Amino acid sequence: MLRRRVIPCLDVADGRVVKGTRFVDLVDEGDPPELADRYAREGADEIVFLDITAAPERRGTLLEIVERTARRAFIPLTVGGGVRTVKEMRDVLRAGADKVSLNTAAVADPTLISRCAGRFGRQAVVVAIDARRTGGGAEPGWEVLVRGGRGVTGIDAVAWAERAADLGAGELLVTSIDRDGTQSGFDTELLKAITSRVSVPVIASGGASGPADFVAAVRDGGADAVLAASIFHRRIHSIASVKAAMAAAGLAVRPVEEAA
Amino acid sequence: MTSVDFERPVGQPDDGRLRVAVVDYGAGNLVSIEQALSTVGARVVIARDGGALDESDALVVPGVGAAAPAMERLGRRGLVRPILDWINSGRPYLGICLGLQLLFEMSDEDGADTLGVLRGRTVRLEDAPTLPHIGWNQVERTRDHVLFSGIAPAADFYFVHSYAGRPEGVTGEAAILATTTHGRPFVSAIDHDTVLGVQFHPERSSGDGLRLLANFVRWATAIAAGQGARYAPLGAGGLGGA
Repeated sequence: MLRRRVIPCLDVADGRVVKGTRFVDLVDEGDPPELADRYAREGADEIVFLDITAAPERRGTLLEIVERTARRAFIPLTVGGGVRTVKEMRDVLRAGADKVSLNTAAVADPTLISRCAGRFGRQAVVVAIDARRTGGGAEPGWEVLVRGGRGVTGIDAVAWAERAADLGAGELLVTSIDRDGTQSGFDTELLKAITSRVSVPVIASGGASGPADFVAAVRDGGADAVLAASIFHRRIHSIASVKAAMAAAGLAVRPVEEAA
Repeated sequence: MTSVDFERPVGQPDDGRLRVAVVDYGAGNLVSIEQALSTVGARVVIARDGGALDESDALVVPGVGAAAPAMERLGRRGLVRPILDWINSGRPYLGICLGLQLLFEMSDEDGADTLGVLRGRTVRLEDAPTLPHIGWNQVERTRDHVLFSGIAPAADFYFVHSYAGRPEGVTGEAAILATTTHGRPFVSAIDHDTVLGVQFHPERSSGDGLRLLANFVRWATAIAAGQGARYAPLGAGGLGGA
């Protein structure tokens, strides 16, 4: 049976992992390959790497870190942040990433999704959607934000999720900007709105505070995978404790391996 | 884990490690397969044309994506005939993901004719609750093979695909080594003489993935030494030091 995945997210700025709310109050947290290796040993099912500076002139640094991480942690690696072209995606894959996540550039030019999927296969293309609740009406709604949550688009997040999947996204990484960094739980309504309309796997992101939130993201939100950063970096919860809670709730998870 | 020399200088004496050619035809990430094979003691040679195969003891064909562009790129690099000759001469082969699917006669994904080493075709996963099938899933062996030595029954491996090979006929069905269920069961590992194939990614499957690759290296070493595949002496499947 396919397991629900638990994914630590490494936000990387200038070659270091940073912690804190994703886009402000950055605190140095360590060397990306080292942290990825630690999480792999602790039972992470996958690693997501987001280059939050994503400055073109620092591309070489990012590729070097991707390669060092890929050589160290023998679990899948998804890399995102600032990828705008098929060629840039190719460079990141060649450096050792298994999947590349597209965000702002895909909103600006949705054909980027189909071009990347056509070249590398849809399984290599993750579309990251940063969503924020709109209005205060009876029916919940969400809009897509870009540029690390700073750019407003007015695009309906659920419609965008469907379109991205149609264009060739193999997976969606859905972040609630309202919940991100707040430790108030995942936006399960947002997740449910998307998972009920697409057949590709959905990774829940934004708001994890404890194991019960992971259970809710899967059970109530329909997520295939759940991502978190600070609760793991700060060792508030371990991957093992999150998986134990998910297993106790009847969700299929990959057992954490005995230390070699 | 230590870093490993991938650019071994020309003229380096044979150090006894199994020389594994990994075919590079532009179909995805080679860093992890290179690193994983090196970690379990192989000497990796990246093969971009048929010539590199002459210097190798075992062949690994990795890859993700669709069959037609893959066959086209293999053809352009003059690799189709060398790979078929390799398999027909009974030398050890491991196909990973697309490298397994290409062994069948054709792919439903784009109608491409593939290598035709095994009877059957590559078909879309049936009744799958999500597609692509991405994540860790259990590999259930239908019989024993040294490839899975030291690995628990129904151990988890990492998958990322929407299609899988479906063997046909007596020889095709006899090649089935393991199945996995996503919606319906599909074939996740095959074994046909000196040809092995896995639909999952051992290079991304943590400890059990490295164990499986270590088993492949030992199996291939025995074949290369002329000892025969089925009687290869194997240890408990541990990784020593890793």
